[in-house]
Amino acid sequence: MRYSGLRVITEGLFGNKGWKPAWRDPAPKAEYDAIIIGGGGHGLSTAYYLAKNHGMTNIAVLEKGYLGSGNIGRNTTIVRANYFLPGNSEFYSHSMKLWEGLELDLNYNVMHSQRGLINLFHSDGQRDAFVRRGNSMINQGDDAILLDREGVREMLPYLDFEQTRFPIYGGLYHPRGGTARHDAVAWGYARGADRRGVDLIQNCEVTGIDIEGGRVTGVQTTRGAIKAKKVGMVVAGRSSQVAAMAGMRLPIESHILQAFVTEGLKPVIDHVVSFGMGHFYISQSDKGGLVFGGDLDFYASYASRGNLPMVEHVMEAGMTLMPMIGRAKVLRSWGGIMDMSPDGSPIIDKTHIDGLFVDCGWNYGGFKAVPASGFCMAHLMATGESHPVAARFTLNRFATGHILDEEGTGSQHNLH
Amino acid sequence: MRLTCPLCGARDRREFTYYGAEDYLNRPAPDAPPQAWDDYLHNRDNPAGVTRDLWYHDMGCSSWLLVTRNTVTHEILAVEAVADRKGGAA
Repeated sequence: MRYSGLRVITEGLFGNKGWKPAWRDPAPKAEYDAIIIGGGGHGLSTAYYLAKNHGMTNIAVLEKGYLGSGNIGRNTTIVRANYFLPGNSEFYSHSMKLWEGLELDLNYNVMHSQRGLINLFHSDGQRDAFVRRGNSMINQGDDAILLDREGVREMLPYLDFEQTRFPIYGGLYHPRGGTARHDAVAWGYARGADRRGVDLIQNCEVTGIDIEGGRVTGVQTTRGAIKAKKVGMVVAGRSSQVAAMAGMRLPIESHILQAFVTEGLKPVIDHVVSFGMGHFYISQSDKGGLVFGGDLDFYASYASRGNLPMVEHVMEAGMTLMPMIGRAKVLRSWGGIMDMSPDGSPIIDKTHIDGLFVDCGWNYGGFKAVPASGFCMAHLMATGESHPVAARFTLNRFATGHILDEEGTGSQHNLH
Repeated sequence: MRLTCPLCGARDRREFTYYGAEDYLNRPAPDAPPQAWDDYLHNRDNPAGVTRDLWYHDMGCSSWLLVTRNTVTHEILAVEAVADRKGGAA
């Protein structure tokens, strides 16, 4: 069923009785051309682009729980293309272009809002670093504008400009940055994949990966064995557990990232704003809640909840930057499980097992990458070759020294 | 979360810095093949359950600690000083 304004009006006139489920609920077949393990944002977009770009429609997405039940279901929804390093820059630039055409492509409202992203800086040194980053973004063909203090004041008058502890020197403005409705992105890709014939199989946990003579032959699941010559592991958050079924040890350590949402407020924060003197970023959802987060808890964890020291740190940073939010009540907080790679950049690559592919290591930045990750993973699974914009996201780059360390902090899990 | 340092007693998580998995105690020989060094530095079991990892008591006694804990429940099962282990400090 195609969605349109006319359809909404027509359905409204006839009691909304014509709407159908957005995707089927098929039973797994005995064999597919390709299987994608993981029905989150990246897995669903991989399935969508396999079907759309490569004509592979005899494929299945296997999801342990329900579609979009992982980090795509709870995140801070920021979409941006402000990376510095060659290797990252072209990938996120590609993703941004896919975002900009996504709603038309999917025939689905993902509420993509290019409200602009402002990264604040608070010293001359930080300003210089942001100038370099901005130039890198412009060289990539994306947009970046350097704002001075008055320029920031005009756009964000509510910041605390009077403080001397962390004076605001200016900001790097990325007008095409913004947010999107996270669940809708999963649902839009799910519906798009289903319409092209992809089987989305929920409540189907993969319990084993079948390998014969160095080749993948299928998977064992809680709903029976399923054969396939190509299998993609797209399970950020649980990558180590799934890869272990194939006898692999990944360069991944799982960490917790907390985020917070306040009660709904009238529109007050019109952009995505980040604080440069402590890890803090904030935007306001269309429902009115302030959505914000900070750093990792900085130790390996799968607990889906964080510790109080980081809660305190995030609240302090927020209050330092914009004291007005102090009266808002936090409604809920949560901890997402992040695949942390040693250099803070992702992996989209083949494995040493023929036909087995891996898409993982999205750290704390997987949401904005959903379109390009699926696009490039689909390209890899269909053609056997890395897509040029994801060519540096290799699995063995830590061994060879070709790391993509955006922050320049070192190739070690606990530093990003 | 609190860790019970063998020297200082139960202390708040803020006093400690996390370093990484126990793998860091198994340093390969200098002439070990590159694969051994890659495993040592980068590749991890990363279990959802009981794990052993290294913490540094930087706001306390400056000891390196080997902590046995559950990554799913945050339960701390054991804390020992790396220096007290057989063979001494790694």
